[in-house]
Amino acid sequence: MRGAAVARVVVDVMLKPEILDPQGQAIARKLPQLGFEGVPAVRQGKRFELELDGPADEAALERARKIAETLLANPVIETFEVHAL
Amino acid sequence: MDAARVGVITFPGSLDDRDAARAVRLAGAEPVSLWHAEHDLQGVDAVVLPGGFSYGDYLRAGAIARFAPIMTEVIAAARDGLPVLGICNGFQVLCESHLLPGALLPNAGLHFVCRDQRLRLDNTSTAWTGEYRSGQELVIPIKNADGRYVADADTIDELETSGRIVARYLDVNPNGSQNDIAGITNEAGNVVGLMPHPEHAVESLTGPSADGLGFFTSIVKRLVNA
Repeated sequence: MRGAAVARVVVDVMLKPEILDPQGQAIARKLPQLGFEGVPAVRQGKRFELELDGPADEAALERARKIAETLLANPVIETFEVHAL
Repeated sequence: MDAARVGVITFPGSLDDRDAARAVRLAGAEPVSLWHAEHDLQGVDAVVLPGGFSYGDYLRAGAIARFAPIMTEVIAAARDGLPVLGICNGFQVLCESHLLPGALLPNAGLHFVCRDQRLRLDNTSTAWTGEYRSGQELVIPIKNADGRYVADADTIDELETSGRIVARYLDVNPNGSQNDIAGITNEAGNVVGLMPHPEHAVESLTGPSADGLGFFTSIVKRLVNA
């Protein structure tokens, strides 16, 4: 049986570059102790995987963008990118 | 004359709604419990958004509470001049609602901070601060994980030059807030967001001072004179 089409769309949310990310800094500080040298910076973000009814087309990406700017990201402090999975 | 009626909203995860209601009563007003899932402000004269962890603070602090049914009415009424005070989580909800500029992020030190905090009141012309003297120093508890106020440089500049920074941290900056900001107001002065908890400093028996009571007596006096 063929199921209805479902688009899987990823939304990546990152703090804007100018905003301090103490969690990323804490991770970066730990890395040398674990033997990972040469990693001057880490920024931590959020990844959302959405399942949307319908095909994985531009309209699906547009719906994901709308969801991202309404709820998933706060445009005051964050930026986001969407792509199909 | 009837007492002023001040609404206190309870979201799932609110913690300080009862203390806020008690502070309202001690200030001489009638607290009115408002429920997040309703679209009814019950004709209150002012609203307090209390502290806590509304909707678990999932996603971002205040991000989901901002879309609670009652926030439709709060946002519309605030834009029409209804006095609104957001304390801690309430401040976060007001920023997420864009009633106040900027945002509140995890503390720079990554720890939950709970301490009696010295503050300076820098704006006494808001609906919630008229009973204080400009420059007055207060000691009020602070307890937050996401209290780091941030805004872009233009917004900070605008807040500074227009005197919209209501309170600043003294001695130590407990969460890395820009410009030691502990509280701000909107352009009209009816909406105030405050990270410290004045409702926990209304009686010497249970608080470090009674310095917080002035926020509540200020609104009562404002409403009586309105």
